[in-house]
This record gives sequence, C-alpha cells and structure tokens, in this order.
Amino acid sequence: MNLQLFEMIYILALAGFLGFEVIRRVPPLLHTPLMSATNAISGISLVGSLVAAGSNKGTLSTVLGFIAVTSATINVVGGFLVTDRMLKMFKRKEEKPQ
Amino acid sequence: MNDYLLEASYFAASILFIMGLKALCSPVSARRGMLYAELGMLLAIVGTLLKNEIVSYEWIIVGIMLGSLIGGLLARLMPMTAMPQLVAISHAFGALAATLVGVVKFEEHVATNIDSWLMTVLGIEVLFGSLTITGSLIAFIKLQELITGAPITYRFQNIINLILFIGALGLFGFLLVNPATSVVFYLMLGAGLLIGVLLVLPIGGADMPVVLALLNSYAGLASAATGFAINNDVLIIAGALNAASGFFLAMIMSKAMNRSFTNVLFGAVGAKPGELHAQAQAKTVTRYTPEDVEFLLSSAQSVIIIPGYGMAVAQAQHPVQELGDLLMHQGIKVRYAIHPVAGRMPGHMNVLLAEANVSYDLLFEPDQINDEFSETDVVLVIGANDVINPAARYKKDSPLYGMPILDADKAHSVVILKRSLGSGFAGEDNELFYAKNTLMVFGDAKTTLNSLVQLLKHKEMALARK
Repeated sequence: MNLQLFEMIYILALAGFLGFEVIRRVPPLLHTPLMSATNAISGISLVGSLVAAGSNKGTLSTVLGFIAVTSATINVVGGFLVTDRMLKMFKRKEEKPQ
Repeated sequence: MNDYLLEASYFAASILFIMGLKALCSPVSARRGMLYAELGMLLAIVGTLLKNEIVSYEWIIVGIMLGSLIGGLLARLMPMTAMPQLVAISHAFGALAATLVGVVKFEEHVATNIDSWLMTVLGIEVLFGSLTITGSLIAFIKLQELITGAPITYRFQNIINLILFIGALGLFGFLLVNPATSVVFYLMLGAGLLIGVLLVLPIGGADMPVVLALLNSYAGLASAATGFAINNDVLIIAGALNAASGFFLAMIMSKAMNRSFTNVLFGAVGAKPGELHAQAQAKTVTRYTPEDVEFLLSSAQSVIIIPGYGMAVAQAQHPVQELGDLLMHQGIKVRYAIHPVAGRMPGHMNVLLAEANVSYDLLFEPDQINDEFSETDVVLVIGANDVINPAARYKKDSPLYGMPILDADKAHSVVILKRSLGSGFAGEDNELFYAKNTLMVFGDAKTTLNSLVQLLKHKEMALARK
C-alpha cells in the first residue's frame, strides 16, 4: 500500500467522523435542508469533471467531461438554490398572539 | 506556485463546507452557513480552473451555463411538496458526473497501465455511482407517481438481486487482477445500473425517507471515491461529509420506523406483502362534518395539529396555517407535532409548514410533545395514519409494533381528516378511528380545512359585530 493512499484514507476517516459529529447536532426541523445542502456539496465531482472536459485528452474525454460538467452543475446550482429557498421560509413567530 | 494556490483553495473550500454544515444547527444561522458552503464551492471551482492541466474552456463554459440554467429552473419551479423528487433527481445528476469521471479516468489509463489500487477506487466509484444514478431515477419516477408508488415485487426477487450483486462483485474482483479489461469494466457499470433499478423498485412510498437518505450516502461515497481516483482531497472531504449525513439520516429514519439498521444498510426496506386489509369490516365509524369540528375546536383551550403525508398530497399546508392562526386569535394554544417519518423525506413536513408561514417555534418532535397530549383538548390529525396508531405500543404481530408514535389517543378528543377509511402504508387498521372520542371527517383535507376556516371566520365576524 502506498503512502498516498494511506493519507487519503486518513482524510476520509477524519472527515467522516467530523461530518457525523457536526450533522448529529442538526435538529430534525432542518433535516430536509441538510439533505439538499449535502446533496449540493456532493456536486463537488464538478471539480473532477472540469479536468475531464478541459484537458484535451481526446474526443471521448471531452464529450463525457462536458456531460459530467453539465450534470454536476445541475446538482450544485439546483441544490444550493433550493436549500436557500427552503431556509428563507423558516421564520420564528414575531409576536405572541393574545 | 500554482499548485500551492490550488491546494489552498481546496483547503479553504473544505473548511467552508464544514462551517456551512455546522451553521445548519440553527435556523437562525443556516442561511449564512449556506453562503459559506457556496463560497467554498466557488473557490474549489476557480482553483481547479487555474490548473495547468486544463487547456480549453469552451466546453466547460457551455456545460456550466447549461447546468446552471437547468439546475436553476428545477430549483425555482419545483413546488415544495415535490422536494423529495428534486433531491432524488439531483442525486442522479451528481452520481452521473462521478461515474463519467470514473469512465474517463479508466479510458485514460487503460491504454497505458492501471495498477490495482487505481482500479479499486475506480471500481468503487463506478459501482456506487451507477447504482445511485438509476436508484435515484427510479426514486424520482416513483415519487413523481409516473409509476405506482407501491412496492413492485416479482418472484425470485431476492435471489435475482443476490446473483446480480455477487456477479457485480465478481466482475470487480476480476478487474482487480486484470485491470485493463474494458469489456468487464463496462459490464460492471451495467450491473451497477441494473442493481440501482432493482434495489429501489420494490420500495414503497412510505419507505422513501430511508431510501433517499441512503442514496444521499451512496452519492457521497461515489464522490469520495472520485477523490481517491484523481487524488483530490476536497472531493474526499466533501464526499465523506455527504456520506456521513446520508448515513446518519438513514439511521434516524430507520429508528423512527423501528426497522433494524442492517435491514436499511442492505436496502432491504419495503412493505411486507400479504399483510394488508380485511380487518376493518365489522366495525363502524361515525362520520362528522366540519361544523361538528368547528364547534369542538371553538370550545377547546389547547389544540395539537399532526400533519402527515395526506396533507402534502392535498397541498393543504396553507389552510392548515390559516386554521392554526384563527385558533390562536381566539386565544387557543396551538402547536404542531411532527413525526420524523411523516412525509417522503426527513423533515419534509417542517419545510411544508414553513412554506405556509407557520413559525418554526410552534413545531415539536414526538419526544418534546408526547407528554402533553393528555392535557390537550383536541388533536387534529391531517392525513397521517401509522404515526398515531396505538397498535404500535402493544400489538406484537403488527408491522408497526415498537415504532415510536405520537400519543394522539391520549388527548380528550381526536379529529381525523382522511380521504377514506383505508389503512395507512403499513396496512394496519387503526383502532383510534373507532374510539368514542374520535371524530372522523372524510374528504379531501384541503376542502375540509377550507370549510373549517370559513366557519371559524364567520363566527369571529359574528362575535365582532356584537
């Protein structure tokens, strides 16, 4: 096993634990926004797609890369916009009615 | 130097993602948190674009513009009741991107040389990616009711799934030994696509919260594997965050439905067929009208509203809010009790009520409100069924047995708005419908609620005139 792989597993495990601890504190009230937010964040595969689409390594890479960029962008943009649309709606009661 | 800049942007992006999720711990900070996460995404993208490897930008620009347009339209046009569908289709797109990156990476290296660890991560990426694509698409199709939302089952289902699963793993194993075999690679991809279809088809609508959370987790794993394949830490971190969140939500949902976590992990969720029906015949219920309910509500001091999937289907969240406000105007204490699995995704009811401007400090989880039912005059149940079924407490042979429920039956009176006397998803008859202190009002929830609102308004006006 090479050292680089070990390092990546290290990062994966730490991020997983940290993520779990952070997410555990999210109240059920916000579980749907949490889901769409992490969904948007998983569109980070866009980063890999950009390289595939833009590095001129043959038609196949470019075409598949282009499709990947498009769908990852749908994921990111759609995810963040709808999360914001939801969060905007959560309001506290302004005044106690009689 | 450029490399340091790139790594710095990825590092900052990772921190921003974590800060963004942390801000979701409170509705007050949540929006700001999403700003952090968006900034993180922007940094990661800009950093990548500066990479030396990237030499042409035309297709990237077109792709980003097209994707933004489609994503923007989806996010704007989908109604809040369709949120589960939107998340499902969005997963499918994300997983498609991860899978395609895996394919590109494979094609790049197949001519030269793929060592077995690159093959390991590519295999994980493509397998998880492909089953997430089709699994999410099927979830979308089911949720959108393009096909039936009920479980679709056939003979030898489990055996076929098992064979397919072992087959896919076998192909994966073969690839580890002979990494550069294109045919086997694409066969494995195909098997992944098929597994996704077969995994989600047998799952019924009410189990969707678990499935969506699981798909969320799988999409994260696919992203993380992409990070391993292209040696990119921000992908690993973002993927891990996503996988952890999906895993966590799946765990909560399975607990709320009293399903074992192993069941959930292996995707073995779904209604047990053959347990439906046939119990409800002999008993009678009394039908009540909105007028009866209005009378009951007006004389109450405290009311708890329990929304369920039926409210979402009837798009009745706005009249619910109006009713709640009218009651509060009359000095009646109104609260909302929300069961974790009400709806088609975790927290779906909260979002629907938020859309209708119900303030979130009126919303309570079962643990917070269950003790208060015994001191509540009226419980108003709107299109919920299994989450209030007392059989979950004592009836050992019930599919609901052991599931934590809302103690609606302990209130002085229970009003249940329902379309018909049909049983809920679990197929379990609900004794609460026949109880003496229960008022059943049949019909579309929205229509019933609207007439209730009208009645209450008339009364208020009449009082004002006096």
